[in-house]
Amino acid sequence: MMCAATSPAARQGLAVLDAEEIRRALTRIAHEILERTHGGEQAVLLGIQTRGVPLARRLAARIGEFEGIDVPCGSLDVTLHRDDLRLRPARALGRTELPASGVDGRIVVLVDDVLYSGRTVRAALDALNDLGRPRAVQLAVLVDRGHRELPIRADYVGKNLPTSQRETVRVLVAETDGTDAVLIDEKATTGGGRG
Amino acid sequence: MNRHLISAEDLSRDDVVLILDTAEELASVADRPIKKLPTLRGRTVVNLFFEDSTRTRISFEAAAKRLSADVINFSAKGSSVAKGESLKDTALTLEAMGADAVVIRHSASGAPHRLAGWVRGSVVNAGDGTHEHPTQALLDAFTIRRRLRGHGQTGQALDGVRVTIAGDVLHGRVARSNVLLLSTLGAQVTLVAPPTLMPLAVGSWPCGVSYDLDSELPKSDVVMMLRVQQERMSAAYFPSVREYRRRYGLDAARMARLPDDAIVMHPGPMNRGVEIAADVADSPRSTIVEQVANGVTVRMAVLYLLLGGAELPAVTQ
Repeated sequence: MMCAATSPAARQGLAVLDAEEIRRALTRIAHEILERTHGGEQAVLLGIQTRGVPLARRLAARIGEFEGIDVPCGSLDVTLHRDDLRLRPARALGRTELPASGVDGRIVVLVDDVLYSGRTVRAALDALNDLGRPRAVQLAVLVDRGHRELPIRADYVGKNLPTSQRETVRVLVAETDGTDAVLIDEKATTGGGRG
Repeated sequence: MNRHLISAEDLSRDDVVLILDTAEELASVADRPIKKLPTLRGRTVVNLFFEDSTRTRISFEAAAKRLSADVINFSAKGSSVAKGESLKDTALTLEAMGADAVVIRHSASGAPHRLAGWVRGSVVNAGDGTHEHPTQALLDAFTIRRRLRGHGQTGQALDGVRVTIAGDVLHGRVARSNVLLLSTLGAQVTLVAPPTLMPLAVGSWPCGVSYDLDSELPKSDVVMMLRVQQERMSAAYFPSVREYRRRYGLDAARMARLPDDAIVMHPGPMNRGVEIAADVADSPRSTIVEQVANGVTVRMAVLYLLLGGAELPAVTQ
């Protein structure tokens, strides 16, 4: 259905998930969220900037299709809560937009594209702490590539992808990249930082 | 961005749009129950004020505190400056205390520039003599963009916006910073003042010049009134306050000449009844209260971009 692997970006790396597989993974996660939140009435989906935001919207749309309910959906920018701010020049900020229902007393499902060190999720938990008090927080990721540096684990995983730390994992989404794909690249030799 | 913010002239169009976009994202913090971010934890910001300015100082103080920086207020009154300490010695003292940023207000034009050569941290100009006040211009640009383009809009400059700045241009650092910054963003700026209050070098500024406020108002999307400083009023720049008000004061009748969606700005503090009438200042078109709130937001953006990254950010071209 998508013109997969035709954009220039998509040709560089090895594709580990194509558009069809991403669609199936998100469909499964949407069903799991409905199960684990007992029908999704209390759920709020928050996408972590930037790739998590379109994924959260797709999950909300999927849940709407399956159950006919409108799951509130928002975005969370965690830049100002990161622990590696001092390692790089100041970064541009993304939008944090909470649904009108807020997060107090809700089951918040954080949505991100790749789970790696866990530091982004830690920053997201801190950011969430300043925004309200959810009843519970869960985590959904499209790809879990391992190498955790913090005691964090995902509740919903699209694909477990064993990787080396020398590799980078890129998720492309149609909303911003023109195509859906998960790619794996060998990291350039220069630069010691994490990808 | 550079390591310091001394002049609006140092900022490229992309720099300014980045600052305004950052401020747009930070604006929502003011509406949250917890108005605080951990971003500048462990950083120290010194407010070094050689001139009285309560509103600018507390605006910087609020901005730094919302980002969790430690704030040290250093005012010239009652300090060793009153005992004759030089700017350089003060700078070295601050350096020894480990200031990551120094926000300086000084009566001498160029003082922030000198200071930048003596300290390792970032220097932010909060007004120097009759030279510049760049964060005021940034907050004015932010206010204009939010009012004319809508809240939440990012990535846009101010191309084609017609801005009239009226009042004491000669002694006003706000006018110079605004002319430089707004023209960088693509706005068309016109300065209006009595000939005695217009600087000689204004011909080299990127703006138009007029002596007639009434003819400029119908062509303005924004009119910014500058304060006529009390201390100038006796110095024969104009015959009397009444005459100034009659030719250059913005009253309800003059405001009616503006296009329907035009806004009225004033950097404060106002002389109600001199450059701006009370009913104009309190009208829905006036952005004066918003400018104060936006001041904190824009200064948060500046402090974040200067201090939020690596210790010694690579200087971008």
